[in-house]
Amino acid sequence: MSTVLSAAPVRTIIDLAAVRKTYATGAIAVEALRGIDVRIAEGEYVAIIGPSGSGKSTLMHILGCLDVPTEGRYELAGRDVSDLAEAELAHIRNREIGFVFQQFNLLPDLTALRNVALPLVYAGVGTAEREQRALRALDRVGLSERAQHRPGELSGGQQQRVAVARALVTEPSMILADEPTGNLDSVASADVLALFRELHDAGRTVVLITHENDIAAQAERVITILDGEIRSSTSKSGDVRSGDLT
Amino acid sequence: MNWLETLRTAADAVRSHRLRSLLTMLGIVIGISSVVLTVGLGLGAQDKVRSQIDALGSNLLIVSPGSSTGSSGVRGGFGSASSLTLADADAIADSTVAPDVAQVAPTTSSSSALAAGTTNWTSRIVGTTTTWPQVRARTLTSGRFFTAAELATGANVVVLGPDTASQLFSRGNPVGQTITADGTTLTVIGVLAESGATSTTSSEDDLAVVPITTAQRLSGATSTALASLYVEARSAGSLSAAYQEVNAALLTAHDVTSSSPDFSIATQDALLSTANSTNKTMTILLAGIAAISLLVGGIGVMNIMLVSVTERVREIGLRKALGATPSAIRRQFLIEASLLGVSGGVIGAVIGVVGAVILPSVINQPVSISAPAILAALGVALGLGVGFGVYPASRAARLTPIDALRSE
Repeated sequence: MSTVLSAAPVRTIIDLAAVRKTYATGAIAVEALRGIDVRIAEGEYVAIIGPSGSGKSTLMHILGCLDVPTEGRYELAGRDVSDLAEAELAHIRNREIGFVFQQFNLLPDLTALRNVALPLVYAGVGTAEREQRALRALDRVGLSERAQHRPGELSGGQQQRVAVARALVTEPSMILADEPTGNLDSVASADVLALFRELHDAGRTVVLITHENDIAAQAERVITILDGEIRSSTSKSGDVRSGDLT
Repeated sequence: MNWLETLRTAADAVRSHRLRSLLTMLGIVIGISSVVLTVGLGLGAQDKVRSQIDALGSNLLIVSPGSSTGSSGVRGGFGSASSLTLADADAIADSTVAPDVAQVAPTTSSSSALAAGTTNWTSRIVGTTTTWPQVRARTLTSGRFFTAAELATGANVVVLGPDTASQLFSRGNPVGQTITADGTTLTVIGVLAESGATSTTSSEDDLAVVPITTAQRLSGATSTALASLYVEARSAGSLSAAYQEVNAALLTAHDVTSSSPDFSIATQDALLSTANSTNKTMTILLAGIAAISLLVGGIGVMNIMLVSVTERVREIGLRKALGATPSAIRRQFLIEASLLGVSGGVIGAVIGVVGAVILPSVINQPVSISAPAILAALGVALGLGVGFGVYPASRAARLTPIDALRSE
């Protein structure tokens, strides 16, 4: 079904099998996902692309354990998370997933350091260790000297880098970025994308959700979704299925 | 996420909206400060009344004559009958009849025009025995009280109340001087110290005390009708025993049944509870207003917390995405509401205490600062925060992360 890079490690991080999601809006049931099979290996850099209404947001929610599929099975890092309760999903999100959002979603009243440390608070990590790890994550995105700045004192690109540091701080199984460059100018976009590239080169699993072809082209593999189904999965090594979607 | 961390998050949230937090607390601040003040006022008034009644004497029973029924069948009020006599006083003072009675002071009372030189003053003449200063807990600032010999002979001596003394003798020491009362010349032998007690009908500081024998001669009365009998029990513990003994002795002496006594016995506690009942009504009324204010304050907290939850939907969504469980979110908002409640309570208690210190100099009323009342008020404030925070907090906890993140 999916195409795995020849250099990719064996371990599978994401395994979606026949996943369906149906929303009941009043009397009408809307099928947002109609049987999705995706397999992503550890260390992969995957872009999921599709126009609005294609179901890519729903897929992102399910990948990010923000929602559960109506049907089908989802294994994340070897664990079936298809129908976990809200509190258990929260723990999975905390440990396995590092989110990067279009709106950055930093808390304006907290310093960059405390924003980055926030996931560790919910992981029950002590104050001293939290600070240490948050500083290391900020250093990783090149912003350690801005640790005591509040989001309002940082540029958009810097804010998104802080958000990436926050996604990294728990050492998650994957970074899940939802339109991470949607609110950035071209320079800052290139900056953030370069950061994802670096993370990928360092062995991280990165899943990028976007509607822009040139952003998606940064990834090693592009999965195209349309009308709730996967239309193609194209990897840079040349395995093109039907990449003529514009 | 541990409690300390949650508390820190809540404190950050309260601090980052200072004005709003203060306005939210206002209802609780007003409520708690008024509770502290009203309770303080009530207790202060009670203390004042108690000290006044204590000043009447300690372990005291006050026997008053009952109502009289005239030949026409018209009944007079309590105290109108002349049913108490010196014989009754002697009977009660008998240690075999009433072993729990320490001392008895019978008193007569009449109004009389006093004169010292050209100065006139109308005062109350109290006729009594030598036990009176002890039973009524009165001391003298100068001179002496009359002796048993003077009592026996009906000597023309008088002990003046402090107010009476200052009215009749504006200068100099009254002791050794003379006054006239109803044409009889009396020598002033002593001046009483202030009693601190005020009664609504007569001042305890404006009176002239004479031997009861002298009083009878002054009024020209042949009878020995007493205004009241002050009975001192041996101790606070024997007060009720003394009450029973005096009651039994008088019923026997007057040959009446307990269903229609011609006298009444009041204790200090009875006087106290009568005096406090009006105070209590006032305190309950004020406390009721304070309670309504607290309720309104609590609803204010709930209202602002609901607004806060709506306003911070994105924050809630983000926290959930980062791994906050519903119970962590509920706890965060619950603690935030409690913090608003407690902060309001602390501010209110401080204002209440400051008010309790300042108020007595403005309204001439004692205000007690009651630690239990303050602690209870703080507890109520915390309870209000928690109670009115539950609903907003569970609404925050129920938000799904997707909806929360999606909102703009």
